[in-house]
Amino acid sequence: MCLGIPGQIVAITDAQRKLASVDVGGVKREINIACVLAERPIEACIGDWVLVHVGFAMSRINAEEAAKTLKLLIELGEAQQEFMAMRQSGRA
Amino acid sequence: MKYVDEFREPERVGALLEAIAALTGKVVAERGRPLHIMEVCGGHTHAIFKYGIAKMLPAEIELVHGPGCPVCVLPIGQVDDCVAIAETPGVIFTTFGDAMRVPGSKKSLLQAKAEGADIRMVYSPLDALALARANPEREVVFFGLGFETTMPATAFTILQAEAEQIRNFSLFCNHITIIPTMQALLESPDLNLDGFIGPGHVSMIIGMRPYQFIAEKYRLPLVVAGFEPLDILHSLWMVVKQLAEGRAEIENQYGRVVPVDGNVAALDAIGRVFELREFFEWRGLGSIDHSGVRMRKAYAHFDAERKFAVPSQRVADPQSCQCGDVLKGLIKPRQCKVFGTTCTPEMPLGALMVSSEGACAAYYQYGDFESRNGNLVVDAA
Repeated sequence: MCLGIPGQIVAITDAQRKLASVDVGGVKREINIACVLAERPIEACIGDWVLVHVGFAMSRINAEEAAKTLKLLIELGEAQQEFMAMRQSGRA
Repeated sequence: MKYVDEFREPERVGALLEAIAALTGKVVAERGRPLHIMEVCGGHTHAIFKYGIAKMLPAEIELVHGPGCPVCVLPIGQVDDCVAIAETPGVIFTTFGDAMRVPGSKKSLLQAKAEGADIRMVYSPLDALALARANPEREVVFFGLGFETTMPATAFTILQAEAEQIRNFSLFCNHITIIPTMQALLESPDLNLDGFIGPGHVSMIIGMRPYQFIAEKYRLPLVVAGFEPLDILHSLWMVVKQLAEGRAEIENQYGRVVPVDGNVAALDAIGRVFELREFFEWRGLGSIDHSGVRMRKAYAHFDAERKFAVPSQRVADPQSCQCGDVLKGLIKPRQCKVFGTTCTPEMPLGALMVSSEGACAAYYQYGDFESRNGNLVVDAA
């Protein structure tokens, strides 16, 4: 029910109704982008990655935050490997 | 797909699982009992089973499946109201596909459609509004359900209908709110939880602050989580890490989608169109104060509750059905007397078997959940 899927805004189709064409995994659909305008001119949204839910872009995906989370995940993996190596070191 | 594939990489799973196991061992040794962590959102429940996450976790972590599946908590009386509206001559009744098979006291919407009612599945409330534009001689009703994630979409659709003066469109509003529901759960005397995986997409609307009381009053950690397998494992690690360090905080694992303040434009649209109800009736959980919204009087001409004489009767759940106990985490789906026998996804008795996000449907579909192994299932999209 609360599922959302990332897509990229490729064109504005109806500025008055705040509708845009959004590419979701290669499929284009008209989506309402009123929630992600954030007081910008509507054309400024082209290129944005957004989370699409029931025909509406509900959030702008923050590339910096995505990179931060991935970095944390990688560091967590490296730390865990280090820890395992430490624990196993010298064992038969 | 960008922002999806990188959070599914199988090679990251092993280290995360080891890190979770190491911390869990420490906390379980201190507490002398297994950990109960609730994933509130039905989307998480589905992902946990779809990717085989429940099987991979240490045996001392028990995931409790929360009430965050709007279709699952829809009371029988509400389905009856939908059927009554849909069977009114001249009506086109529109709904998300999930709600079609929820059993009413006499029939589901799917059965009513088979008997001739004009019921159509739509992807978006905007598609329902387009039907109203195209059929000015018919009354088009949209069945609005879902938590705060879906509420802005129906609110904007009503505002659009108002702007265009479309008079043959109305909303049957059954939206529900997450915070009063979590409050009611936390006050329930038989609940025994150590922490929460918080709902990612509800939070992109409401933000992080509304959860603060969970840390302050109940001293429980909550981590708002994304929906990919690495997101869920990462969030579980963050919850267990808080427990290991004796912290109870509200943390955000899903920063790429969830801003601290939520979505201001969406909250504004919700506030303009909806107001809190005194109470809302939930399947299995009973009546919860302020847990639902209705349309404000200013939008009365779009309110199906006022346009139609809906019966609004309370109908008790079937006695054999134990959805309520499963929703509260008191029993596992398999412990229900009718699980997999008289209640199956094809012929559901209870709502938890209907939606793919319901705990019972997930147990049924993905079977073999009790044997544990470390393999992530990432073949299905």
